[in-house]
Amino acid sequence: MRKQVEGSAAVAEAVALARPEVICAYPISPQTHIVEGLGERVKNGSLTPCEFINVESEFAAMSVAIGSSAAGARTYTATASQGLLFMAEAVYNASGLGLPIVMTVANRAIGAPINIWNDHSDSMSQRDCGWLQLFAETNQEALDLHIQAFKIAEELSMPVMVCMDGFILTHAYEGVDMPDQADVDAFLPPYEPRQVLDPAEPVSIGAMVGPEAFMEVRYLAHAKQTMALERIPQIAAEFKQRFGRDSGGLVRPYRTEDAETIVVALGSVLGTIKDAVDEMRAAGVKIGVLGIQSFRPFPLAAVRAVLQGAKRVVVLEKSFSVGLGGVVSTDVRLALSGLQLHGYTVVAGLGGRAISKASLVRTFTEATAASLQPLTFMDLDWRIVNRQLEREAATRRSGPIAENLLRDVGSIASKVL
Amino acid sequence: MLQIRIHGRGGQGVVTAAEMLSLAAFEQGHHAQAFPSFGSERTGAPVVAFCRIDDHVIRLREPILAPDVLIVQDPTLLHQVDVFQGLQPDGYVLINTRRSFDELGLADISRNFRHERLTTVPASDIALRHLGRPLPNAVLLGGFAALSGLITLEAVEHAIRHKFSGKVAEGNIAGAREAYAYVQNEMKELAHAQAS
Repeated sequence: MRKQVEGSAAVAEAVALARPEVICAYPISPQTHIVEGLGERVKNGSLTPCEFINVESEFAAMSVAIGSSAAGARTYTATASQGLLFMAEAVYNASGLGLPIVMTVANRAIGAPINIWNDHSDSMSQRDCGWLQLFAETNQEALDLHIQAFKIAEELSMPVMVCMDGFILTHAYEGVDMPDQADVDAFLPPYEPRQVLDPAEPVSIGAMVGPEAFMEVRYLAHAKQTMALERIPQIAAEFKQRFGRDSGGLVRPYRTEDAETIVVALGSVLGTIKDAVDEMRAAGVKIGVLGIQSFRPFPLAAVRAVLQGAKRVVVLEKSFSVGLGGVVSTDVRLALSGLQLHGYTVVAGLGGRAISKASLVRTFTEATAASLQPLTFMDLDWRIVNRQLEREAATRRSGPIAENLLRDVGSIASKVL
Repeated sequence: MLQIRIHGRGGQGVVTAAEMLSLAAFEQGHHAQAFPSFGSERTGAPVVAFCRIDDHVIRLREPILAPDVLIVQDPTLLHQVDVFQGLQPDGYVLINTRRSFDELGLADISRNFRHERLTTVPASDIALRHLGRPLPNAVLLGGFAALSGLITLEAVEHAIRHKFSGKVAEGNIAGAREAYAYVQNEMKELAHAQAS
């Protein structure tokens, strides 16, 4: 049924349709509305049998998720930003133990400086934790990915993070097609655990493993993610067959067939990029965009297949590896090894900086003219950056950086945006 | 595509107004997208919310920089925020106030934009009568329906019922109807004034 709802409400409804048996979460912006929506459903009895467990922290949330998943319950949680960092140790344990937990990450920046707005720093900080990471372009895709995520996770016995842009998606009202319970039930069979804590048949889960087998256990996690490279597109195809929509999969190219310039990106910014691509195409520029839906496992072959015909690749990412540059770019470059391509990394939208179509068109135009810096920070305010550098060069006690920059920017209340 | 920007203060239901507008547009069979300015909002602080309405899927996710419609829920913002920034030449403006554009010191705006698309409505007064609280958001949507004809009063009422229930819904609907009639009357008087 089509309805106009907030992204968080759509995800809460989709998670409820997947019939989780345990939900445990600690509230943090911009994830809060999702777990509130689920908490209401458990309390009013519309989601049953399901236990909503209030926990005292994100570390506890993931620890409870590990326990309930190991006991054979379909388990869901959600977090963002510092919350994801706070649960990091348990996040690694969940994947190391092969427990098919599904978690929403409502993508948000990481402090300091403290910032509640959107970028991809949080989930990128956990890219090596062994979880699958799927990125949603729209609220429709976010809700669809949650239904797919339980199926992928449980088939492989691996946890899945569904990453959706905080505020930009979680707090946006837009039209979505909400599946029927019967269709979701037919698509997603009940959870059949591969390992389960059962008093009738006692086992232990979580053995200490020494040098004799640790590498093998880790390799098996990689082997499972490699299997996921095959299963993710198959499950997306099954989903399309039942629900009639393209959602999920590994990558999604747009106007890339004859493109000389291909932009690579993840998440909701793909929409604005597609509008920018259409505008530039109308002006005769051969440009396209490749969306990456599955960041872990990273689809090296699929990315290479789309990009290898291009002359230049612009990776536009809301993440940043301090001291190096791009995070996504590094992986894209690996997919392109041996190919002679001009590569650009554009870091954009950190900490909620708005990404406008005009800035995208300007940046992509510079790339096609070969005047773009290999590492570009889109719409960076060089004025305040340089002032701080001058201050630091002039005075030892130059003061706290964030406070200095805020003073230089001046009051933002008088600005519209 | 129609782009609407709503300015107000934390606590006035600015974000809810954009959401209701998107619900009204959806009810009329359009694609719609509503989103807040993503701030850490607090009571009394300037807040912006956005709504896009189109007959095609909306992919664009940038903030609305060049609005076709401005709704100002609090006239005291006029001295604090450049609410008119980027307003399209044939844009609509609706301000919550008892005063006129000229009385607000906005004669420039009246001159530079299409006169018949600019109006004011005392939405807080209307809300106070129907709700007992000066919450102008839903009331202004009734006024916007009359000013622009781009959404119907029925769709606004539907959106209000979707967001609220009971007395609050009925009070907001009564307020929206009154604002609709008020703005319709304003438009008639303006048309008369121009004809004579």
